[in-house]
Amino acid sequence: MTDVTQELPVALEPPPPATAGPVGWLRANLFSSALNGVLTVLAVAFLAVTIPPLIRWGFIDAVWTAPNSRACRGAGACWAFIHEKLRFIFFGTFPYEEQWRPLLVIVIFIAMIMASCDRRLWGRRLALVWCGGLASVGILMWGGVLGLSYVGGESWGGLPLTLILSTVGMAFAFPLAILLALGRRSRLPAVRMICVAYIELIRGVPLITVLFMASVMLPLFLPTGVTIDKLLRAQAALILFAAAYLAEIVRGGLQAIPKGQIEAADALGLGYWQRTRLIVLPQALAMVIPPLVNTFIGTFKDTTLVLIIGLFDFLGAIIASLNDANWRGTSVEAYVFAAAIFFCFCFFMSRYSQMLEREFNKGRGR
Amino acid sequence: MATDIFRRPARPSIWRNPALRGIVFQVLFVAAVVALGAFLVHNTIVNLRRQNIASGFGFLDREAAFGIGESLIAYSPADTYARAFLVGLLNTLYVAALGIVLATILGALMGILRLSGNWLIRKLSQIYVETFRNVPLLLQLFFWWALLRQSAPAPRQAWQPLPDVFVSNRGIAFAVPIPDPAYGWMGLAFLLGIVISIGIFRWARQSQARTGQQFPTGWVGLGLILGLPLVVFLANGAPLALDRPELKGFNFVGGHAVSPEFAALLLGLVIYTGAFTAEIVRAGILAVSWGQTEAAMALGLKAGRRMRLIVLPQALRVIVPPMTSQYLSLTKNSSLAVAIGYPDLVSIANTTINQTGQAVEGIAMIMAVYLTISLIISALMNIYNRAVALVER
Repeated sequence: MTDVTQELPVALEPPPPATAGPVGWLRANLFSSALNGVLTVLAVAFLAVTIPPLIRWGFIDAVWTAPNSRACRGAGACWAFIHEKLRFIFFGTFPYEEQWRPLLVIVIFIAMIMASCDRRLWGRRLALVWCGGLASVGILMWGGVLGLSYVGGESWGGLPLTLILSTVGMAFAFPLAILLALGRRSRLPAVRMICVAYIELIRGVPLITVLFMASVMLPLFLPTGVTIDKLLRAQAALILFAAAYLAEIVRGGLQAIPKGQIEAADALGLGYWQRTRLIVLPQALAMVIPPLVNTFIGTFKDTTLVLIIGLFDFLGAIIASLNDANWRGTSVEAYVFAAAIFFCFCFFMSRYSQMLEREFNKGRGR
Repeated sequence: MATDIFRRPARPSIWRNPALRGIVFQVLFVAAVVALGAFLVHNTIVNLRRQNIASGFGFLDREAAFGIGESLIAYSPADTYARAFLVGLLNTLYVAALGIVLATILGALMGILRLSGNWLIRKLSQIYVETFRNVPLLLQLFFWWALLRQSAPAPRQAWQPLPDVFVSNRGIAFAVPIPDPAYGWMGLAFLLGIVISIGIFRWARQSQARTGQQFPTGWVGLGLILGLPLVVFLANGAPLALDRPELKGFNFVGGHAVSPEFAALLLGLVIYTGAFTAEIVRAGILAVSWGQTEAAMALGLKAGRRMRLIVLPQALRVIVPPMTSQYLSLTKNSSLAVAIGYPDLVSIANTTINQTGQAVEGIAMIMAVYLTISLIISALMNIYNRAVALVER
């Protein structure tokens, strides 16, 4: 018997390259072409150069407890600084004995944000929960009732301040934004022009000028003898600023309502406000929820700007804690820590908004 | 009773007339806005008079009497406030223009890499986007500034990432070519190359329409645009003398130096905006359906032409409008320079307000400048948008 293969008219093809298993995955995802191979090698080299020193700096050589920054002048990060200043960073100059109150405020905010993420809970009850939550936040921060000692706005600081400024800012900006958006779409020219002027003016200037205006010019605007404290002024600036951006998003929702809806409402004999409240807004607002979440992320990040006018928000508290002479030269560690906290909040919210967007688009079908 | 329905309905009362109601409502609304404005202006005037603060722009002609760290034009503390404002304006425009160009390049690169078939590259660019998008810009600016100002070594132990580039806590110093008359001619040759290339491009299009023959315009154009200056450069004996930074005493002398503040601001703005731009570019390319690419393949177009003729023109329609708002926000975000001490417009206006007390005028000037810049950028991008927009019948 001769070898069968010798009788075949053509040479045997080599087996096809693996497409399954780890080798197949590597081939498909990392070495699919010469260019991709080169890119993979470059990326691995980049990681090999950057990751080990970072891990050594952040973990292996890091100093976790030390009395001051001179004691932890090594090659690694001085996390002892964060350890030492943790309460100041999170609560600012809030009285030490009473710091359980801002801690509770942070817990309430996180719980309310978590609850708002569940779409089954959306509705009137959630709005009531938010009202109750914000009221209890106010009681906890100010005190003066229920046996809590009074703490003035000037000693608020840290993460609670960031959370309060951004959530209260959004809560008040939202109704204002709806009015501005309706005004911009109004058929009354005077109303339309004033709303357009406001929206474009605010959107055309940086937030910092609005904050400067609130901190420097607002005292001039008020009648002699009337003063508002710095915290409320900053809050007012954030509300006025966020409202202009929110108004454009709401307008996007209003424009997406088919004309037939409005004509149907007219045919039913509804007036302008009835039509807007019962027919237009419920549909328009539902459509713009994902961009609203994105604006909230933006407002949350923008809140850090209040430190420029001298408030101690979360970032402001960190920068203030760097002024301690015992802890010179630890700013990179402090900023990395702050970035990690901000990242946790913003990343979670942006993931949530992406998920919402996917769910909302399901109905439109592709 | 039955006759009632034949009776003409009563005229609705005059208050039910929509036109009249509209006019009344508008008059009331405008009156309320004007009253509010008048109230604020009145209070301001009273307060200013009480605090003995002058008003008007007369202060612009007075001596500024404060120094400015970096300036594109000659400036000394003896100059007027007006000139100080001009210095700040130029600094703002400089950092914004540079930032827009660099952020576009970084964002386009990262957006394309996020669509790469390479898993590792895709993940790395995703990590870049997610990290820098979700951390406040102000915090990033402080971080870069701390890294460059405090953690960077003294000039004597400066880092040297590339030859003739020194990073120290005094800033970044790098070598620049010493000016030579040949460079002027090279610039001229460069412009000439562009003009000739445009001519060739026109001719090639006409000849392709006439004969169907393609001409490698891209390569010839590139050769002309880069080649002509190179020829001039070589013909002049390749004058490549570099002005190198050298350590003298406590700092670098020579070359070109960039302050840590400027470097931190530019780095922060470019990396932050680049992350947003990358997402816009990715979304734009994904918005062009795969069928378009397949159709182009079926027509026999090569990868480069497919990108240039089919995918890019359609993706740009999606990319340009959100890109405009990114450029605007980069320009406005450059005002955060005030936090790290780069003398931009806001920072100088802030100093002026503190010195003169004329807050109303100072803030009005900043607002007017930013509004003007915003309008100009919007107008330019609208013109470009119209050029790439879908032309419908």
